[in-house]
Amino acid sequence: MTKYETVIGLEVHVELATKSKIFCSCSAEFGAEQNESVCPACCGMPGMLPIVNKKVVELGMTAGMMLNCDINRVTTFDKKNYYYPDLPTSYQTTQLFAPICVNGTVEITTSKGTKNVRIKQIHMEEDAGKLVHDDWTDTSLVDFNRTSVPLCEIVSQPDLSSAEEVVAYLERLRSLLRFAKVSDCRMEQGSMRCDVNLSIRPEGSDKLGVRTEIKNMNSISAITRAIEYEVARHIDALETGSEELVQETRRWDDIKGKSYAMRNKETAGDYRYFPDPNIMPIVIDDEWYDSVKKTLPEFPEVKKARYVDKLGLTEYDADQLTRSRALCDCFESASATCGMPKEVANWLISDVMKMLNKKSMTFDMLSLDGNKLGQLIKLVEDGKVSRANAKKILSIMFDEDINPEEYAEKNGYIVSNDTDQIASIISAVVAGDPKAVADYKSGKEKAIMSLFGKCMRELKGNCDPQVLKELLIDIVNKA
Amino acid sequence: MKTFINKTDSKLTNLVAFDDMILTTELPTTAGSKMLDGYVSLFEAEVVNKLKKAGYNLAGKVNVGEFNVDLMGETSYFGAVTDESGNLVGAISEVMKDTDIVATIAVDVNGAQRRAVMATDLVYLKPTYGTVSRFGIIPTACSGESVCVIARNASDLEKILNVIAGHDDKDGTSIDDSRMNSEKASAKAIEKVAFLKDMFAISEKDACEAKKALESVGVATADIDSGVLSKAGSAWNILMSAELTNNVSRYDGVKFGYRSSNYTNIDELYTNSRTEAFGELLKTAILYGSEVLSTNNYDKMYDKSLRVRRVISEAMDSIFAEYDAIALPVASKKVFTAKDVADNAYLAYEESRFTAISTIVGLPTIVKCGYQIIGRAFAENALLDLLRKIEKEGA
Ligand SMILES: [Zn+2]
Repeated sequence: MTKYETVIGLEVHVELATKSKIFCSCSAEFGAEQNESVCPACCGMPGMLPIVNKKVVELGMTAGMMLNCDINRVTTFDKKNYYYPDLPTSYQTTQLFAPICVNGTVEITTSKGTKNVRIKQIHMEEDAGKLVHDDWTDTSLVDFNRTSVPLCEIVSQPDLSSAEEVVAYLERLRSLLRFAKVSDCRMEQGSMRCDVNLSIRPEGSDKLGVRTEIKNMNSISAITRAIEYEVARHIDALETGSEELVQETRRWDDIKGKSYAMRNKETAGDYRYFPDPNIMPIVIDDEWYDSVKKTLPEFPEVKKARYVDKLGLTEYDADQLTRSRALCDCFESASATCGMPKEVANWLISDVMKMLNKKSMTFDMLSLDGNKLGQLIKLVEDGKVSRANAKKILSIMFDEDINPEEYAEKNGYIVSNDTDQIASIISAVVAGDPKAVADYKSGKEKAIMSLFGKCMRELKGNCDPQVLKELLIDIVNKA
Repeated sequence: MKTFINKTDSKLTNLVAFDDMILTTELPTTAGSKMLDGYVSLFEAEVVNKLKKAGYNLAGKVNVGEFNVDLMGETSYFGAVTDESGNLVGAISEVMKDTDIVATIAVDVNGAQRRAVMATDLVYLKPTYGTVSRFGIIPTACSGESVCVIARNASDLEKILNVIAGHDDKDGTSIDDSRMNSEKASAKAIEKVAFLKDMFAISEKDACEAKKALESVGVATADIDSGVLSKAGSAWNILMSAELTNNVSRYDGVKFGYRSSNYTNIDELYTNSRTEAFGELLKTAILYGSEVLSTNNYDKMYDKSLRVRRVISEAMDSIFAEYDAIALPVASKKVFTAKDVADNAYLAYEESRFTAISTIVGLPTIVKCGYQIIGRAFAENALLDLLRKIEKEGA
């Protein structure tokens, strides 16, 4: 039996994390009311001219730098013509002739080891709108919120050969782009989606087989299933002649677990690309290039190694923290403030990450001020605030911008150092519970714990437990 | 026959008229097309803004050929403007008979405005590409379309130019003020003018009159061959049609403009809306533009035209190394009739050989008495000085 190998290339679209759209000042944020983030420009009204959002170019450059690409120092925009009701101008502004980045590589790791996937190019472009079907009136309505939201499309060479590699590649892209704050890469919100180009050929052959393109995939698990389905379909077609393979675009139906050829109409076309005369070539000089280069983050694995080697974290802790750029940023600034990286890592992993999970937030959504977290940890380590009270303050810091020390003072969370005052509270508690005192004296060691708890409550937690314990034993023994 | 598509009925002074390619919020902007009949923009063109701020008032919106690519307005959905003998006169020249109107501001894409003034006493100025904002202009062929001014004399042209010129952040092709000012400051006076003799040879217009006028104000003249400049018309027809096809593709009946009532699905909605609303010449241009951009033709037609544009620009540079300006006729005939355009659907394309020379490279141009004079980039003040001298001498 012939053995086959799979050849896969990916076109990955990621929405760039800018506040505004690519050619107008409308908000590009997700979740607005339908047709709320629109203006004459992104609705395609005549007379508006495209003004390129500088941040888009910078994020495009950043993406390229993260993926080891060459940056084209002169980059241009082109128009791609096609009619669709969600495309208000009937053309998409994109890059064909001089895309911003070319020739990159991404290293991926799978069960078979590591491998380099070559990047052909990265280009910037605008997104289209969204059609919404109204069942009540049986008409299609258009939502233009997403038109002109900036995207970059990352086109790989056909270097991938399995679903596992595709998943590793996508995960790697996601991690790098999130770290560089290029995109939040959230597939479920459509800010990362991909087209899969796939063909098979007898192992060892250097001729490519018939290629099909599965469009608009937006979940890792669906991508895996779609690839497995397509590979089986191609092999079946070649082996049994059950169907003739043709170069075509297909749509994946994840519920039925099948791919379907798209109507020719949806894909046919000569897009009649030509350079956009309204957008002057963008020149990236050394100064601009260097200023963007300076903002690049360490790669996640470099950070991880540094956390272990220089800051003394365990492998596990370093791994946990480097899952998100926001966690890293918070960790680094908190450590700088309090000088106790291990302690900060504990707080982030045992408390902060739990809180995020409880609120169903991703780690990247963390907006905690690292400097203030550092201050809070310092208060605990200096014995000014008890650990239990510090956790209460932390949960407030999650939602409100507070100064931890001021907040602790205002709300009576400062640990008391006044031993006379503590002793008088202990004496009152001890006097009120002669049974516990008697139990303790008769050898029931545990009885001291109930007295300890009562005292701590009276003190609202604002006491060093060690100090309390020593004073308590002393007073009980004297009683 | 309509000269104004819409008119303000105020008794204001300091009036300027705008052709119906320039967006205004108080009056509709139709582009001379059924597609945009009654279309009112949500925003105003930058030239309108600037003139209003400078104290000018809107007189009305002047009739224009459909999307401005015809000979002299004959393809307007609202009718061509002709005189009793069937000559095309152009809506602009009719509008300017109202002496209260200081100037008409128009958009020159394919020379219709130059042809509209050639048989009149009016003067015309098209400034250097990038000096006047195109924000709020209904787009047709963005790489060459330019705001132009039609007035009675050089000083009115200059008054309007001083208001409308200047950088605009809303137009990505707008030139920085600092560059505009330094270029202007270094502009040379016009002392030597090259006459394109083969262009005069194919025109009813004779060079003599213009040479006499120039020589009477001390300007030297000489005849030269137009060389590669004679290819400007063909190249511009290709670029213009391609850009036009793309720019009018937004009128699909979905969002604004005309929508056919005769459709059962989205394809019919597109096709019927466009079929019913667009005129013949525009449809021809759309087809031609689609063809030159197709994968099969892109290199040999569109890209080649871009290269021709560069070669023309270089040829211009070498002419300007020796001369300060270039003179040529506006058109092959002194007067066009309605019958001319009825007999020859491609007349506008053919005539662009005269007007496209300065359009395709965006150079400043003045028109007087059926002659065009093209200056170096940013030489509009030198051109206006020359015009003023000629006016004085003639008076
Ligand atoms: Zn917008």
